[in-house]
Amino acid sequence: MTTAINPGHLQFLLTGAFWTLILSLMAFLGGGAGGFLVALGRTSPFRLLRILAAVYVQIVQGTPLLIILFLIYFGLPSLGFSISPLLAAGVSLTIYVSAYLGEIWRGCLESVPKAQWEAAECLALSRTQRLFKVILPQAIRIATPPTVGFSVQIIKNTSLTSVVGFVELTRAGQLINNSIFEPFLIYIIVASIYFCLCFPVSAFSQRLERSGAARLRALKAVSA
Amino acid sequence: MILDFTAILARWQMLLDGLTLTIQLALVTTITGFIIGTLCAVARRSHVVIAARAATIYVESIRNTPFLVQIFIVYFGLSSLGFSFSPVAVAIIALTINVSAYTAEIMRAGFDSIHPGQWEAGECLGLSRVQNYWHVALRPAIERVYSSLTSQFILLMLASSMTSQISAEELTAAANFIQSETYRPFETYIIVALIYLAISLLMRLVFWGIALLAFPRRRRLGTNL
Amino acid sequence: MSIVMLKDVKKSFDKLQVLKGVSFSVAPGEVMALIGASGSGKSTALRCIDRLELIDSGEIVVCGHRVNDPQLDLRKLRLDVGIVFQSYNLFPHLTIEENITLAPRSVKKISRAQAREIALASLAKVGLSEKAQNYPEQLSGGQQQRAAIARSLAMEPKVMLFDEVTSALDPKLTGEVLKVIEALAASGITMIMVTHEMNFARRIADKVIFMHQGYVHESGSTDILTSPRTSELREFIGDELH
Ligand SMILES: Nc1ncnc2c1ncn2[C@@H]1O[C@H](COP(=O)(O)OP(=O)(O)OP(=O)(O)O)[C@@H](O)[C@H]1O
Ligand SMILES: [Mg+2]
Repeated sequence: MTTAINPGHLQFLLTGAFWTLILSLMAFLGGGAGGFLVALGRTSPFRLLRILAAVYVQIVQGTPLLIILFLIYFGLPSLGFSISPLLAAGVSLTIYVSAYLGEIWRGCLESVPKAQWEAAECLALSRTQRLFKVILPQAIRIATPPTVGFSVQIIKNTSLTSVVGFVELTRAGQLINNSIFEPFLIYIIVASIYFCLCFPVSAFSQRLERSGAARLRALKAVSA
Repeated sequence: MILDFTAILARWQMLLDGLTLTIQLALVTTITGFIIGTLCAVARRSHVVIAARAATIYVESIRNTPFLVQIFIVYFGLSSLGFSFSPVAVAIIALTINVSAYTAEIMRAGFDSIHPGQWEAGECLGLSRVQNYWHVALRPAIERVYSSLTSQFILLMLASSMTSQISAEELTAAANFIQSETYRPFETYIIVALIYLAISLLMRLVFWGIALLAFPRRRRLGTNL
Repeated sequence: MSIVMLKDVKKSFDKLQVLKGVSFSVAPGEVMALIGASGSGKSTALRCIDRLELIDSGEIVVCGHRVNDPQLDLRKLRLDVGIVFQSYNLFPHLTIEENITLAPRSVKKISRAQAREIALASLAKVGLSEKAQNYPEQLSGGQQQRAAIARSLAMEPKVMLFDEVTSALDPKLTGEVLKVIEALAASGITMIMVTHEMNFARRIADKVIFMHQGYVHESGSTDILTSPRTSELREFIGDELH
């Protein structure tokens, strides 16, 4: 039975898009918290922590997100933990995001000049105070454009959760396709919706990057 | 809970076949993606407005949509046009389309980082625009963005796992099949994760070796451009 | 008969008119020094001669090429003109020898062996034979500038343009580069050089052009450097001397 695409389908897709955003937000918050720990671990004065964090990053960045997702969604139940698609999706995305954001943020932490740490130390601030009062405020400025940029990757990668049956935008498209079989048209519509979600974020991050670069140039001009 | 890997390891032949295809996919599309991406970067920087505009639209539409959806569009798009390609061919086409856009963006940054004086010096020596790109700009541009390029190509290899969704029989598809036969999903995906990890480490090693060959200046002097 | 000729050349960047009607000509074998205050348009004039900038009006003819002609074969112009910049612009990823052989090989299609010979010959002229296999960053500023001169010479241009080639160098390195240029001047090649080295200009130039506010304000033999006719040139030389 084949029927044409109708407004009901469109509404279904938009509901899917809503879930895509919810998932992205979950992944960003969970992954952001994890990524913060990873970044701290990677720059920690303790060797063991540094190594552990580095190994974690290497493993996650060397494994496809799809495999992480399968491992959690199919693997954990076989070990006796039952898990819903939403939870599986949330956990896998959190793992994935934490490794990548952690690395991005580590770079930002390290790009704050060493002299800043030393200056803070000379003021007798504790390590935590140095980090939170001196280094982080500077690092956050540097980190904003790439973090916003990475959000686009998060939104796009939530599409993988369709594979385990979580009904977000891509899965919504598949379901509609199962009833009306117009795959090309439907996926073009799905892609367009993704584009509308992602492009503003990309454009925003590029603008941040440009103004950041301009600010950096201005700073250099002042200090030169 | 007792982990048992024997049933999976017994199907090593299947894993090996999947691994081979994964490596082939990564290798072929790294090359096609690099070439097409670099050409797109040149197009984006060109003064021919139509070429620049077209390249921008291509790059932005790919970079702002998920690869999984792109695979489906290529797969169903080709068949609705009356072509019937094998899943592997579709996978190669989709991966190339995808990674070229990212490569274009990286290479554009590389070309942009070449100082105007370099282009002028080449121009004054009588080099044509193409020769200027080829002899003067290309190698320093690649050298500057090399680590972004390598990361991108490793991400590409990882992304090839998604072509299992159009039944290209690569490593992830092999894993899906093995777990459905053995009912040991956890062990299967652990092993496959390790294999992917090994490939990505191997790729880093290979790219490091290529850098030694491609950038003799850096090898000899150890400095960055 | 002139080999380089500018007639009423005008050039603006946006609203700023830099060349307001510049005319001069250079005879074959002549060495011309182009002097003038910063911002007077010396670099712009040189860049127009090699068509790095398009002029708004007027005429430039170099070795018979009408530079402002849209149909001009740029390659032919560049074969006849060599230019050396203040900032060397050597290609950092190529050795000195590769820097020099690049254009002969890919523009003139000369064989590898022959290009190599040319490279070594032109390196010998600038006293850098032993640096052929080094990369630019391994050379001092003066050596890099001499290598850049050798790179231009290897194309056997009829006219050489120099734009303040020593202003990034300290006095000792300046000396070694000027010696190379002086030897070149003696070899009979046509040269136009923008320079702030008044004594050097006096010694090797046949003709001096003083640019001021977008015009050729005064020109003549090197005598005008010792006895300037206009107060602007006198003031300029006074400024340069201390
Ligand atoms: N590409 C450009 N865009 C805009 N303005 C320019 C450009 N190139 C040069 N100018 C301007 O043209 C004027 C003349 O510049 P030019 O470089 O020719 O001076 P110059 O005589 O070589 O000075 P100097 O001795 O400092 O090298 C300057 O005011 C400069 O700011
Ligand atoms: Mg100048």
